[in-house]
Amino acid sequence: MKVAITSTGNSMDSKLDQRFGRCSHFMIYDTETKGMEFIPNPNKDAQEGAGPASVQLVASRNVQKIISGEFGIKIKSLLDRLKIQMIVLKEPEKKIEDIINMLNH
Amino acid sequence: MFIIFAVNICSYYMSPRPVKLRKISDPPIISGFKPYGKNKSNGKPDLTFLNLEEYEALRLCDYLMLDQLQASSLMNISRPTLTRIYGRARQKIAEAFVLGKQIIIEGGKIYFDSDWYNCKSCGCVFNNPDKQKIIGECPLCRAKDFTNCSEFSHKSKESLKRKRNKK
Ligand SMILES: [Zn+2]
Repeated sequence: MKVAITSTGNSMDSKLDQRFGRCSHFMIYDTETKGMEFIPNPNKDAQEGAGPASVQLVASRNVQKIISGEFGIKIKSLLDRLKIQMIVLKEPEKKIEDIINMLNH
Repeated sequence: MFIIFAVNICSYYMSPRPVKLRKISDPPIISGFKPYGKNKSNGKPDLTFLNLEEYEALRLCDYLMLDQLQASSLMNISRPTLTRIYGRARQKIAEAFVLGKQIIIEGGKIYFDSDWYNCKSCGCVFNNPDKQKIIGECPLCRAKDFTNCSEFSHKSKESLKRKRNKK
């Protein structure tokens, strides 16, 4: 199963980005193959529509869960329709590595 | 339908953190404001982000003219917290006016309009994307100790109704 984690950078030392639509990178993690991929978020500086565009991006990777610090107002109904689970973690200091460890626990 | 969203006030110091629910009874009908007639335009407009709790505080205090105590109880937060959020909202609006910045209303927090759960072990909040299935464990840390947030939202819905009827 694939999980998207919003990340402040492109390494395992990066932190959990607290924004969803405007996060710096998406880290796509495959819990079965343990494969990981950092995708720079092209919507980071978008004036509007960053949220829906980011939903589209992660949905195109067949992600089933998203871990982020928050989800904006329009996002929930979009993700509900796509049956993607939202996991909100208000921990700006958590590293991507820590989250991967939690998932593998 | 009332929408409730979660936010954590004591963000950095406690772990695992209790999730504080903040309520929004009417989501904004627009996504922001654009200034016009600005003399100096250097391509990219300056943006100010007004988050939903700031919007809500402004709506309750300045549009509905409630006092801060009423507003704080409607949002289910303490009065000092409301005062802080409200102050931030006004500061941002004033800044946008004075500097000709665009206001974007977004961000924020999550809606509690369906079933949401709060993990007691890692402190995360998650929803159930598939209503056919029952959630057995935290999707992040796999702990089995989590509570449903919707009981809370029912309670606050009732108290909001009561408050409205009183008026
Ligand atoms: Zn957990």
